[in-house]
Amino acid sequence: CVCVTVSHSQITRLYSRFHSLDKGENGALSREDFQRIPELAINPLGDRIINAFFPEGEDQVNFRGFMRTLAHFRPVEDNEKNKVLTPGEPLNSRTNKLLFAFRLYDLDRDDKISRDELLQVLRMMVGVNISDEQLGSIADRTIQEADTNGDMCISFNEFTKVLEKVDVEQKMSIRFLH
Amino acid sequence: MRCLSFLLFIKVASDAATDLYVIGASLSPEPGVSAAPAVTSPVASRYTPAREEYGHPGIALARSAEEPSAPSTEDGESSHHHGGGYKIVQWEWSYVQTPYIIASWLLVASVAKILFHFSQRFTTAVPESCMLILLGLVLGGVVLIASKKQPYQLDPGLFFLFLLPTIVGDAGYFMPARLFFDNLGAILMYAVVGTLWNAFCTGFCLYGVKMAGAIDEKVDAGLMEFLLFGALISAVDPVAVIAVFEEVHVNETLFIIVFGESLVNDAVTVVLYKVYISFVEVGPGNVYTADYFKGIVSFLIVSIGGTLVGLIFAVILAFVTRFTKKVRIIEPLFIFLLVYLAYLTAELFSLSAILSMTFCGIGCKKYVEANISQKSRTTVKYTMKTLASIAETIIFIFLGISAVDKSKWAWDTGLVVSTLIFILVFRAIGVVGQTWFLNWFRLVPLDKIDQVVMSYGGLRGAVAFALVVLLDKKHVKAKDYFVATTIVVVFFTVMFQGLTIKPLVKWLKVPRSTNRKPTINEEIHERAFDHILTAVEDIAGLNGYHHWRDKWEQFDKNYLSKLLLRKSVYHKSELWEAYQKINIRDAISVIDQGGNVLTSARLSLPSMASRTSFPEVTNVTNYLRENGSGVCLDLQVIDTVPGAKIEEELETHHVLAGNLYKPRRRYQSHYSRHFMTVDEKERQDREVFQRNMRNRLESFKSTRYKRHKKDRSQKKRKGSDAKEQDANEKPRRNVSWQDKDPVVVPMAHGEDIHDPSEPDKDDDVGITFVARKAPETPKERPKSVPAALDVCQSPVAAPPSLTCGEKTLPWKNGVGSLPPCVSVEATKIIPIDLQQAWNQSISSLESLASPPEPLHPRISALSRLGGPLRTPAKGKSGAGAGSGSNTGSPSSGPFKFPAGKEEEEEGTLSQQQQEMQPLMSSLRPPPPPPPPPAAQSAGKRRNPCVYLRSLVTVPSSGGEPQSRKPTQL
Repeated sequence: CVCVTVSHSQITRLYSRFHSLDKGENGALSREDFQRIPELAINPLGDRIINAFFPEGEDQVNFRGFMRTLAHFRPVEDNEKNKVLTPGEPLNSRTNKLLFAFRLYDLDRDDKISRDELLQVLRMMVGVNISDEQLGSIADRTIQEADTNGDMCISFNEFTKVLEKVDVEQKMSIRFLH
Repeated sequence: MRCLSFLLFIKVASDAATDLYVIGASLSPEPGVSAAPAVTSPVASRYTPAREEYGHPGIALARSAEEPSAPSTEDGESSHHHGGGYKIVQWEWSYVQTPYIIASWLLVASVAKILFHFSQRFTTAVPESCMLILLGLVLGGVVLIASKKQPYQLDPGLFFLFLLPTIVGDAGYFMPARLFFDNLGAILMYAVVGTLWNAFCTGFCLYGVKMAGAIDEKVDAGLMEFLLFGALISAVDPVAVIAVFEEVHVNETLFIIVFGESLVNDAVTVVLYKVYISFVEVGPGNVYTADYFKGIVSFLIVSIGGTLVGLIFAVILAFVTRFTKKVRIIEPLFIFLLVYLAYLTAELFSLSAILSMTFCGIGCKKYVEANISQKSRTTVKYTMKTLASIAETIIFIFLGISAVDKSKWAWDTGLVVSTLIFILVFRAIGVVGQTWFLNWFRLVPLDKIDQVVMSYGGLRGAVAFALVVLLDKKHVKAKDYFVATTIVVVFFTVMFQGLTIKPLVKWLKVPRSTNRKPTINEEIHERAFDHILTAVEDIAGLNGYHHWRDKWEQFDKNYLSKLLLRKSVYHKSELWEAYQKINIRDAISVIDQGGNVLTSARLSLPSMASRTSFPEVTNVTNYLRENGSGVCLDLQVIDTVPGAKIEEELETHHVLAGNLYKPRRRYQSHYSRHFMTVDEKERQDREVFQRNMRNRLESFKSTRYKRHKKDRSQKKRKGSDAKEQDANEKPRRNVSWQDKDPVVVPMAHGEDIHDPSEPDKDDDVGITFVARKAPETPKERPKSVPAALDVCQSPVAAPPSLTCGEKTLPWKNGVGSLPPCVSVEATKIIPIDLQQAWNQSISSLESLASPPEPLHPRISALSRLGGPLRTPAKGKSGAGAGSGSNTGSPSSGPFKFPAGKEEEEEGTLSQQQQEMQPLMSSLRPPPPPPPPPAAQSAGKRRNPCVYLRSLVTVPSSGGEPQSRKPTQL
């Protein structure tokens, strides 16, 4: 089956990629390994995304963990037979994709995006041309728009809700990770 | 209401038609007189003969069998009657005839549109194209009844030379390029394979049916004729697709696939058509195998050649617009002319003109839009849309009119029915088969519903009709039957399918394009998604489509943009200002437009919005969409603005959106490249880079004491090196003040020098760094020129413990002096905007309170460790820098003042050094080892960059210090 071969070759490819990133050659990637990727330095959310690769409190990620994170971005397919490492709910489900994004905002892991957290991310994503006030008003409005229970935070549920019309499956998928 | 308006509209339309006709009729034959008497006004006489020639192409619009002679007659006659006297009023019909008729037709068409749009409910249910065809039928009927003949017909020459190009030009120029190329595979597949499949199957099956006897004997056609017919009848028609789909508002992907197919399949159609024509003329018996191969070769030439012609013209056009600054007023003209010339040139060489024009439009847009003024942009937009709209209207009206003329076609039920069935069935089969294949490779598979819509959306239109009219009856004896069948097929697809596709889409719940404005949340989060995906791809090291797109980006940035973009556009950072202005303007125009739509919707009917004409909607929204969120298709955007919305709300939203857009847009430009301007991109990179580095620095500090420090620092260096290079000069500039940075040297040199030195230097880098500084500072000061360079370093070096702070310290030490330093640097190196950003970052850095001392030992240690690892990374980074150097070198030059490469490049640096010197010297007085506290604070401010810089530069610095020491000491 084409799927399997694709998937297999992808794993092989990613594995070699993993190794090429692994300058320490200890079978695990550290943050610095990621930070060495040039494009990430100019990615506004680069470091946040790097952090997403590391389980809480750990400084290393092995190939398995590496793939686990990447698996979030597999496209959702009808034929899920070529699952690589997805016990339970597949990592590439809509919920998990959203959760991945949500965690980028949610620094303190309290399952809520506070205004500050949102502001931080916004500041990362906008240029210096937007003043803090403007950004603040944007953040306020964003929260206001999403917040349904009035706690001035965006919970994951609210996050999901507010993005329910967005084609997350498509926009959070990468084709090469079949 | 509906009926009423419809009646009214018919009445007006028919009135107009009758007028036209009456004019024609009243002019009717007096052949003898046509030889203009002497009295005829000079103008008239001069033009009488000319008119016929001139009339032919132009008049094709209103071509009539008898007319050519008639009007001139009238003209001559009137002048004749009045004899030799001076005529106060002259009847100069022949003089104005052609343009007059054309203008009248345009007027009729436009008025028809107005009337048609009176009834909202009606227009939402019935596509405009249907109405126009009906109108054409009615007009044709009226004219036919009145004159017993049908003077007007859709003339292929007119169609292919004037009407089609306007539509295709518009489609190509405003084609959402990103979407198009994202789906290019599917589009090509459907356009080539699908069209071939349709053509062959339809042709063969019709022949089979004919053999089976279901088609009347009178239809005198063999296999070749049927294949020819199959070829022309099977191509999806761009005009019809635009007309129908723009009102259906299916999602962008679906639209772009069908629409792209309809454009790209032109090459296939042209080739098949020509090949079969030649076969038919030669006779099937004389066709040899070689001819089939010739056909294939011809296809390649026609398609690739057409594309190339288009791209060449795109380059020419973009290049020309570079120099129109002084003649802004003709900018739009250049665009129209060159795009049109692309079409004509392709026609000239019988290449695929549609392909040529489409790619010309797609290719030139980015550069042209950046080069021309905002007003020109608007002009182009509106003019193109207007022309396309009117051309479309005329096409459909004339399709209707042409159908009335019974003398031109002959009916055969068997042929018509079987053709209809075949094109539907094979279209469906083809779509399903190809989709099945494509879905193996698509990120987002096309599901069954998409396939249904795509099958059903395979509309045939004017192209097929024009082609069939072009057939030569001498060779294709069944031409009349084919014409009739084609008309039926076109009417069926445009009217029946066009009418039903909307309900079908609703019923199937096809994901529609979103008419609603994305909420702020969506905008923000989707943007975040983009960043995430990009990062993940980078991490995963994917280099498929995105990789190549990136390569293209690089090429574009390094060469094409340089060649095709105005220098002001390419180099100046003012672009940002311009963009802001544009932004505001757009927001305003959108508000205006939105307001208009709203009010009109309120006044007439809520559904009005959907009817908003193609051009209008496309214009503003298109622009906004493009800049704002890459994905949106223009066509439908304004569409369903809910009547309930209040303008104020809209406005606030737009204002907000505008604000949000800025960063995004800038960002977007970076990744999506429809629209980017280099400056913005670089700047963004720079900013983001700064920010990231700062963050890393922070985290680094916080985690200092962890065991990984060493590795990390090394890695950081490497990463930062690579990053800098990738980010292009900007990051460097910011960081450049760091003395040792290898990057300081023009990139090409830097690479060479650094790479060799790296391995040795790496180990010592950190150490050398520290050690060197302290001794150097005192000694260097006295020295004039070289000292300047050293000065910078020396202060840094002075406090060994404070790596980051040290460098900055000298400036910092003299509180007063610091600002000058910064300013000098900033002016040279950093655009004003940057200074802001820089200051920001600095201030933010200040907030980080971390003891400088711990850093130093660590760093040195790290640097030592880093040595071996770094080498490979360096090589890469060096290469990257080298590539980047082309663009970056000029800008990076000024920044290099730091000591790093003094020896090698003193010549280049001397200037900078001198400039720096005074400042530095003034600063100098403080003892080489600055007071730790001051140093610390200073270091903190600039820390992030400096620090990173030092890390980055370490490899080179190692080499430098060695070389330096001898010289200096």
